[in-house]
Amino acid sequence: MSRFAYLAVLVFVLVGTAWLEVLLRTGVYARWRRLLLTLVPVVVVFCAWDLYAIAAGHWTFDPERTTGVVLPGALPLDEVLFFVVVPIAALLTLEAVRSVTRWEVGDEPPGACAGGLRVDDEEPR
Amino acid sequence: MSYTALAVLGVVLVVLLDLVALRTRLLRRRAFWTAYAIVLFFQLLTNGILTGLRIVRYDGAAIVGSSTPTDAPPPFLGDGRIAFAPFEDLLFGFALVVLTQVLWVWLGRRGLQRTPYAGPPRVRMPGAAEDA
Repeated sequence: MSRFAYLAVLVFVLVGTAWLEVLLRTGVYARWRRLLLTLVPVVVVFCAWDLYAIAAGHWTFDPERTTGVVLPGALPLDEVLFFVVVPIAALLTLEAVRSVTRWEVGDEPPGACAGGLRVDDEEPR
Repeated sequence: MSYTALAVLGVVLVVLLDLVALRTRLLRRRAFWTAYAIVLFFQLLTNGILTGLRIVRYDGAAIVGSSTPTDAPPPFLGDGRIAFAPFEDLLFGFALVVLTQVLWVWLGRRGLQRTPYAGPPRVRMPGAAEDA
């Protein structure tokens, strides 16, 4: 098996969700500053968890099927990328649900929602 | 601390973050649970590949189930596993997804890049809201 097996799973997640940004206009990549500020604490917290788990021996990685690029603390690059790719996919999914349903999520400006639905619809872009 | 204990702690912390600390209250929204159901399906699929192929292996001392075998795939279901992965991974994934979405919504609520709003879709989607 290839050392890109783990990476291939991440590429599948990235490619499998990218169409949401285009066809459902999720606006996640478009709001890249907000995305970046979201990702930084997530990556920090979960890399810390991962480093602890690796040090404590909770889990190990197959060196034959990860890239072989290993950061200090025996943290594979594959894992760091996981904590970037999976959160992006989670945000694309949330914004895709909002795009299709118009359900309220909680970050709308005052008066934009009524009865849990967005009501201040703009003209289609 | 075991993975089991850490995973439960992770879930408790993100729930408190959402409902108490930041008051984003995402966990009370149907948009969250609908999105989570979709994410969960793909987590079971992709994590099933990572754990079933033993790209990631677990120590039985850290989880409810047994260690990942050295010579065979772990059980698909049972011995603390769901779709090859320790059930603890579901808690881990829940904490990861909730932390991400809570921070995203919190930043938006504070006015950081509220726009461009999501939608409307370029294509007709099943279950889409009717146009007014």
